Amino acid sequence: MNTDAFLDGNAAAGMLGELFAVEVTAAGAQCAHCGRVSVVAQARLYVDSPGVVGRCPSCEEVLFRMVRAPGRAWLDLRGVNYLEFALPEDG
Amino acid sequence: MATVVRVRSLNARARSILLDVPGWPGHDAGQHVDVRLTAPDGYTAVRSYSIASATGGQQVELAVEELPNGEVSPYLTRELIVGDRIEVRGPVGGWFVWRPEQREPIQLLAGGSGVVPLVAIARSRSAALSAAPMQLLYSVRDPDSLLFGPELADLSAGDSLRVTYAYTRYAPAGYGRPPGRVDAKLIAAETLPVDSAPTCYVCGPTGFVETVATLLTDVGHDPARIRTERFGPTGGQR
Repeated sequence: MNTDAFLDGNAAAGMLGELFAVEVTAAGAQCAHCGRVSVVAQARLYVDSPGVVGRCPSCEEVLFRMVRAPGRAWLDLRGVNYLEFALPEDG
Repeated sequence: MATVVRVRSLNARARSILLDVPGWPGHDAGQHVDVRLTAPDGYTAVRSYSIASATGGQQVELAVEELPNGEVSPYLTRELIVGDRIEVRGPVGGWFVWRPEQREPIQLLAGGSGVVPLVAIARSRSAALSAAPMQLLYSVRDPDSLLFGPELADLSAGDSLRVTYAYTRYAPAGYGRPPGRVDAKLIAAETLPVDSAPTCYVCGPTGFVETVATLLTDVGHDPARIRTERFGPTGGQR
């Protein structure tokens, strides 16, 4: 795998922000492959494809894939067991 | 839509673009915006740019470095003039951020134009009159490639921000260290000690971030206290 070709999950904040009401890149995500919980912003983000692919910073398996097209978006989260969000106490 | 209210050169290849964004909700230091440009035929290109300005106000300063064969950056660094309107979305990103309520020591490590969000952090610390110790290690090709050199000099003079420059190709006359990449020796000499438990913010090209994050963990920094932001030659998402 070309390790020069990825960014951080931070760079997906704009796209994910179109889909979620809360800041997803600050959420924790458990990798369905290795079980490691990492912050979405620290995923390895590959953007040299029609969509973007986020990979686990620990085992490099795919966490999520996202494709944006005019008028629609697809989000594949099959590599994530769960997302954990920090919310205000009163929320 | 944002309106360009000022442009100024930062160096031969980069410039600062100050935008007025009606309804801007405010941002945290370290966040970025997505800039969307649309051609007359409907083709759109989206790029992420870090915000250089401190938290507060409805004006947002971006710093854009021109990439060779770039699709978006040459337009922003050469064509854009005061009064132009561009589409920006943001602020975005909630992880690579510094907030004034953070009291712990902060070590900033920049590679090239990766200094931009770290300038926002240093400016926000100054604006908040924060007493949190803060140091910046800024790896840059040569003195002509510096971004925000005068601003960083002001911040280090007035606000006890300690700035160390690591020139990788050419160093100015009288500079004590031969040009070279950031290495373990420089990390040991010019960054906050591990036992002060700083939060480290590392931003730059992927290779720089990989190298520096590894050097930091090698000397004993907790990986959980190292926040990284990589940017690639693609300039971000499409």
